[in-house]
Amino acid sequence: METVVKALIAEHRDQAGPLLPLLHAVQDCLGCVPAEAVPLIAQGLSLSRAEVHGVISHYPHFREQPVGRVLLQVCQAEACRACGAEALMQAAERWSGCAPHQTRADGAVTLEPVYCLGLCASSPAVMLNEVPHARMSEAKLHALLKAESLVEVQP
Amino acid sequence: MSPNTQAIQAIKIYVPRDAAALAVGAEAVAQAVQQEAEQRGLSIELVRNGSRGMFWLEPLVEVQTAAGRVAYGPVDADDVASLFDAGFTQGGEHRLRLGLTEQLPYLALQERLTFSRVGVIDPLSLSDYEAHGGWAGLRAALSLSGEAIIHEVNHSGLRGRGGAAFPAGVKWRTVAHAHAAQKYIVCNADEGDSGTFADRMVMEGDPLMLIEGMVIAGLAVGATEGYVYVRSEYPHAIAVMNEAIKRATEAGFLGLDLMGSGRTFHLQVRKGAGSYVCGEETALLESIEGKRGVVRAKPPLPAHQGLFGQPTVINNVLTLAAVPLILARGAQFYRDYGVGRSHGTLPFQIAGNVKQGGLVEKAFGLTLRELIYGFAGGTRSGRPVKAVQVGGPLGAYIPPSQWDVPLDYEAYAAMGAVLGHGGIVVHDDTADLAGLARYAMEFCAIESCGKCTPCRIGSTRGMEVIDRIVLNRHLPQIREQQTELLRELCDTMLHGSLCAMGGMTPYPVLSALNHYPQDFGIEAKEA
Repeated sequence: METVVKALIAEHRDQAGPLLPLLHAVQDCLGCVPAEAVPLIAQGLSLSRAEVHGVISHYPHFREQPVGRVLLQVCQAEACRACGAEALMQAAERWSGCAPHQTRADGAVTLEPVYCLGLCASSPAVMLNEVPHARMSEAKLHALLKAESLVEVQP
Repeated sequence: MSPNTQAIQAIKIYVPRDAAALAVGAEAVAQAVQQEAEQRGLSIELVRNGSRGMFWLEPLVEVQTAAGRVAYGPVDADDVASLFDAGFTQGGEHRLRLGLTEQLPYLALQERLTFSRVGVIDPLSLSDYEAHGGWAGLRAALSLSGEAIIHEVNHSGLRGRGGAAFPAGVKWRTVAHAHAAQKYIVCNADEGDSGTFADRMVMEGDPLMLIEGMVIAGLAVGATEGYVYVRSEYPHAIAVMNEAIKRATEAGFLGLDLMGSGRTFHLQVRKGAGSYVCGEETALLESIEGKRGVVRAKPPLPAHQGLFGQPTVINNVLTLAAVPLILARGAQFYRDYGVGRSHGTLPFQIAGNVKQGGLVEKAFGLTLRELIYGFAGGTRSGRPVKAVQVGGPLGAYIPPSQWDVPLDYEAYAAMGAVLGHGGIVVHDDTADLAGLARYAMEFCAIESCGKCTPCRIGSTRGMEVIDRIVLNRHLPQIREQQTELLRELCDTMLHGSLCAMGGMTPYPVLSALNHYPQDFGIEAKEA
């Protein structure tokens, strides 16, 4: 971990406003920004640990724990709500046995409500490991989860 | 062209790579087309274009024929073999055949200025871009002084398309007149409003246009560096923008001595990290600087002290994307579209519960009714439309009595609403407006940057008050008292918040309360 983070710091430190690009790079490499990386980043960029932690905790995208094998994001914004996004979220919770903002105990799936995937004319929408799926229905969501072997509770 | 040369020319087939097309299976369709053509020994050129913006027809496959491009859609991968059987490569008849793309009423009735190339060209082809009028604006700009460019932008009447509708030329002039060693152009591509996707379509479908607009802005104000701040929820847009910047730089349209002019403009993409409030311009600047996305108090304006404390033009994608055309065709050409003080076109985005959701670029002045029933064809559920939210999550819910008001900035402001970024979300009669008002407060509570009290605390109190109104719907005294409290709270948020996050959350809340009081358990006359 330490070697990776230090290499990434060296790569990013000379650009203007390096912290966000660096945090993205760390998370892309390690799956998250682990707590142990915070003092290294702080030292590398001449910031306080509080400043680095403050930035990580401000942005929902950055996480201190890695996500599950599957990251399922279910849009909850208005255009999706107009087409059943709330029921879709409940179905995702029920079938996967995973609570929102949580990773299932076996590490198979992380379920996250998100606010707009920009697929509003084909709502409701979800994103599974960065692959978008639109015009969703509960049946289509079930098929998606089944294909990933994530269905714990049958409908 | 003789029949012989036509026979050896590869058939051009278009399958969009826009995220909304991918989300309904465009990748599988593209693969199926490729495989099927190989099996049949047909020579094809598969172009991965942007989307035409008719999302109910995606994946929309097009074929180039002598008569023009013929559209088929929505195409499933399983349909591809039968399309080949039907001779679709020559425009043959098939149950999915829609006709000549340009003649489809949804497109034919639009006035596409900014979106004229989106869905038409290969987004990453420099030659395609140039063949469709690309770089003409930049060439014109290079022959003008900075002041003359700003005069054109000013005269065109172009106003900020992100939502605030501030005249772009005025902002640019302020930066041009500021003295500093380094100035910046920042593109706000943090398109977080629900119901909006026009920025995403531009970045995925015609990224070079945005680059061209930013270079022109740089020439106008004397800025040599630019940033495009794109939200992390848009991985496809980020990838396309990065590739477009790379290619434009290699071809000499960016970087040192661009187009042999001796002028410099460097551009890079910065990726957001899931914070809605970073769409607010000062929070966005903080974010690029590597800080928490916390709003700055204004003044100083970003035009005076923006990114890294330097004079900065910060504009939305659609504002910057409109600039090349204004320079290429002249300010008057753009200005002649629209009504009143709303000049030009707005790419409206019709979303939510509609049959035909998509992008409709029209001059200002058409009505919501034309959009909802004319273009979108009413609700997808087949139920009556109840409410339409215009301008994103901070925009007002517009009731049927106001659907004939012309869509222009001043007319909407006069009725306590906003056009915002042009997003339109339609709800059918199953919608609960008290629930949606509560959701607006909840969204504000989740996304508030926390700097000012009305937004940070007011949003949570707002949720509680709305809960008490609904809970006490049968106790008129408590209900009325709480309703009054909600109005006072909204007044405080409206006037006391630092930015639009807290300052505009009252728009959806109050419009829901005023136009749909029955959803709060209140008789219409009481509200």
